[in-house]
Amino acid sequence: MSWWLAARSIDHVVLERGEVANTWRTERWPSLTLLTPNWQSRLPGFGYEGDDPDGFRTLPETIAFLERYAGLVSPPLRTHCRVTSVRRAADGYEVATAQGTWQCKAVVLATGGFNHAQRPKLSEAVPSGIAQLTPVQYRNPGSLEPGGVLVVGAAATGAQLADEVQRSGRPVTLAVGEHVRASRTYRGKDMQWWMDATGLNDERYDEVENLTRARSLPSFQLAGYPDRRNIDLNALTSLGVKLVGRLAGIRDGKAQFSGSLRNVCELADLKLNRLLSRIDQWAAENGVSTVDPAHRPEPTRVEASPPLGLDFERAGIRTIVWATGFRPDYSWLEVPVLDPKGNIRHDGGVVSEAPGLYVLGLTFLRRRKSSLIDGVGDDARDLSAHLAAHLGATRLGKAAGRL
Amino acid sequence: MAKAKVDKPVNNGVNVEALFGAQEALKNAPEAAKFKWRATVKWIKGTHSRTTVENFYGLGAEQKHKTKYAFDADHPEIFAAEDNAATPVEIVLAGLASCLTAGVAAVAQARKVQLRSVSATLEAGMDVRGILGVDEDVRNGFDGIKVTYKIDADASPEDIKAIVAQSQKRSAVYDIITNPTNVTVEVV
Repeated sequence: MSWWLAARSIDHVVLERGEVANTWRTERWPSLTLLTPNWQSRLPGFGYEGDDPDGFRTLPETIAFLERYAGLVSPPLRTHCRVTSVRRAADGYEVATAQGTWQCKAVVLATGGFNHAQRPKLSEAVPSGIAQLTPVQYRNPGSLEPGGVLVVGAAATGAQLADEVQRSGRPVTLAVGEHVRASRTYRGKDMQWWMDATGLNDERYDEVENLTRARSLPSFQLAGYPDRRNIDLNALTSLGVKLVGRLAGIRDGKAQFSGSLRNVCELADLKLNRLLSRIDQWAAENGVSTVDPAHRPEPTRVEASPPLGLDFERAGIRTIVWATGFRPDYSWLEVPVLDPKGNIRHDGGVVSEAPGLYVLGLTFLRRRKSSLIDGVGDDARDLSAHLAAHLGATRLGKAAGRL
Repeated sequence: MAKAKVDKPVNNGVNVEALFGAQEALKNAPEAAKFKWRATVKWIKGTHSRTTVENFYGLGAEQKHKTKYAFDADHPEIFAAEDNAATPVEIVLAGLASCLTAGVAAVAQARKVQLRSVSATLEAGMDVRGILGVDEDVRNGFDGIKVTYKIDADASPEDIKAIVAQSQKRSAVYDIITNPTNVTVEVV
């Protein structure tokens, strides 16, 4: 955003609560990698120039990458400048920070949608003596007690942690609700290559059939490891991970799982196959031939009668990892633009109810790729254009135009 | 890929426009979405009873069916009963069957798929040593339910499977059966 604001000669300042790449530095587990290949981290004025375009950045590499970009853009940056409140002021907004108060005509909230790791209410019923962790607290399998681990949630985070913990020798039970199955590669190319080439990543928020659903979909079951291995449920089952249904309740020291495992797996298989059909159709129409022909993955293997309950003690479960999603933190936002579920009401990042307020970096904000590093550039370009028009209109004393 | 077929309007007898309207309206009125379903049962004799339903609550007001509906239940003769009606567990299967099938029709309508016929058979296993108290380790209820649909529709087999999967995802009775529910029984 700073790159685009500078390109439009708009005076601005970038406030950062810690250091550049703070979330990556302080709130993610060390083995986390980017889920998109190196070539795909395209930022305005910045592309990949290394010799491993198909590799995946490790956590330290991702931090270094963002630092290099900050160095290139050299935004007017204030680090260790936590925002404590954003409220309306006579001529725009007043932003209170750890380093004093700012007055501004426009504010872009680029804090993202992954600030708090959620823990469901039923976690309160977990028997004492069982360690409970969120992915923000998790470091590595060695920091867990020896013994069984229940991982709740099978999106990218839950599947990655189930893979890693099971490989450490701690038996994992994975509670699986609705999930989005994916395969790291298809027909010899990375799934993200297909998402990019077919234009699916560029699909716009005002083109997609059900935006609410698109914004709330769990992440692809993908990891970015050098061996490009899959972490879908079949891969996890092959490692020895035990699949159970969605965690539905905890009673008398026992977990209760939904009997819907078969259906959520069926839904995910059908969804993946629809995606692969779209890819095959696009490849045929565009004359893209691959060495590997079109094929469909083995349907998710679900045992005949998955367990509906689990006695933590008898099953030797020592730890529960809550991979049940992240929430944005708007505790400092004193502008009434949140819906009843605590999400910002916005139209492709433009907070229409509060002229001059913008949000950036949320899932499917303006495009399918909006939450990827690869997506933020296009979104920032669009929003900076709107913001420039808003400032121009403010100067002329008119209401801001719509994008 | 399924190509667009006939331009004939799809009609499965489900008013999805009204359902979509309700979806939109209830987004901003969560209170109106709170329903209460009720039933009244009277013992007749032996294992024979009659349950009636008529009133329910929803959209912020008391509501009423067009008429009172009655469901008799009994046990079969091999349980030393008179077999005046279906067993309660069969009524549970009926509830699941009806709920999923209504869902199939609604989802098909929303996806513009014309249904020609829909039928399903349901089978649930049960070890009656549970209800007879022969073995405390045996559960009273079903040990599993198998539902087998046969559907003739203007859609590919994959699309039909997706409709049935979506119907399960949105089904109340499927949820009631697959997830635990707190039950409070009082005597007054």
